[in-house]
Amino acid sequence: MTDAAAATDGEPLRVILAKLGLDGHDRGLKVVARMLRDAGVEVIYLGLRQTAATIINAAEQEDADAIGLSMHNAGHLTLAPRMVNAVKEAGLDIPVIVGGIIPDEDITELLDKGVAAVLGPGASTDEVIAAIRDSVPS
Amino acid sequence: MFERAVAGERRALGRLLTLVERGGPAGDELAEIAHPRAGHCHVVGLTGAPGAGKSTITGRLAAAASAARADDTPGVGVVAIDPSSPITGGAILGDRIRMDEVIDREGTFVRSMATRGSSGGLALAVPGAIRVLDAVAYDPVIIETVGVGQVEVDIAGTADTTVVVVTPGWGDAVQANKAGLLEVADIFVVNKAERPGASDARRDLELMLDLGAHPVEGVPHWRAPILMTTATDGTGIDELWNEVGKHRTWLQETGELENRRQSRDRFEMLGRVDELLGAVGRARAESDHGVRLLGEVKERSMSPAAAASELLNDLLQ
Ligand SMILES: Nc1nc2c(ncn2[C@@H]2O[C@H](COP(=O)(O)OP(=O)(O)OP(=O)(O)O)[C@@H](O)[C@H]2O)c(=O)[nH]1
Ligand SMILES: [Mg+2]
Repeated sequence: MTDAAAATDGEPLRVILAKLGLDGHDRGLKVVARMLRDAGVEVIYLGLRQTAATIINAAEQEDADAIGLSMHNAGHLTLAPRMVNAVKEAGLDIPVIVGGIIPDEDITELLDKGVAAVLGPGASTDEVIAAIRDSVPS
Repeated sequence: MFERAVAGERRALGRLLTLVERGGPAGDELAEIAHPRAGHCHVVGLTGAPGAGKSTITGRLAAAASAARADDTPGVGVVAIDPSSPITGGAILGDRIRMDEVIDREGTFVRSMATRGSSGGLALAVPGAIRVLDAVAYDPVIIETVGVGQVEVDIAGTADTTVVVVTPGWGDAVQANKAGLLEVADIFVVNKAERPGASDARRDLELMLDLGAHPVEGVPHWRAPILMTTATDGTGIDELWNEVGKHRTWLQETGELENRRQSRDRFEMLGRVDELLGAVGRARAESDHGVRLLGEVKERSMSPAAAASELLNDLLQ
């Protein structure tokens, strides 16, 4: 049994995976879900067409360690910071991690606006897990 | 934190359920606080093959139940279980996505759980999770088991009302009989009832129930009703919720509820006895005494069973 994804106290990480907004398909998200599962993560899979409200609701009830958002459209600069703010407003201390094809100049802006990490489509499992682990408050 | 959960803070309740899943001293302490306040909620278990529609039904049922709830109650608790990978320990918890489509978010608390090594379609933490949801006044609590080829029997030891979900073309009566359906189902649901073969599935179930029905004089008998649902559009869900209510009343009036809960308590207590005794035994096996006994087993001057008895001698008086 690998403990790659075990949280610091030996428990599996619980990560929400979702896509905001109306468009898109969930193929990429499913690939990430499988990747995380194979690294020992408990993935709470919410899929497409989520809103900040549904994600916050799930994060509270599931006691999630992190929120992973898949972004494949131009909306990331508005949607992702909005999610970060919603998490803050709900009084939660849960990192928001963005995955997808994001232009370099936008990555800096997203990080500035509170996104914990940005991962490109080529990120390896180890990189993804490290990014989650580094951003989860201990 | 418990008081915050009682006051309706969902994040606090989410944290408490994590403590339950982690177990250990904090989990025990929580059970100590929750247990005296629990014992009120009706526990409904849903089981059935993968993809039968358990999550969709659970979401609809939760919506029906939360619509009927009193104003001063928090609503419906749901615990949905999916399997952990035996190799990596990871899991994809995909029940919630089906429920979110149909649920009333205000009146429902949904928690996804991975089996974390448990077999039998449930997670070890399920009884503890029910206790906490119960203690903060969620009622009913609905448990969705892992979807497995054969129907999971463990749920019947945990739920007050066990609902077995089948779909058209799911198999013949003999097979169902083998799977131990007759004993565990309090209610049958033929879901995806808009599909061809639904009435055949129903007939097979009827037949099976006729064959298996041996009411014993003096023992209260409940014949499991068979309901037809199309969970995707909600057809038949009100009837299902109605039947759950009837079964609850039947359990209360016949005293069967007390029986079931007592055997559940007993099961949980004995499970803990096994755990504690096992821990004592393993610790002693590491001691000088244990090592000496193991040496005798190696020399064939003592059997493993005799060594085990010797190890726990003082406890076995
Ligand atoms: N046609 C039809 N499809 C349905 C019905 N109920 C559920 N489904 C679909 O069946 C699929 C599986 O439904 P779920 O509710 O996830 O089934 P499940 O038993 O919870 O699945 P697992 O948890 O994976 O075992 C989904 O695509 C549902 O939309 C129904 O009454 N009719
Ligand atoms: Mg399901």
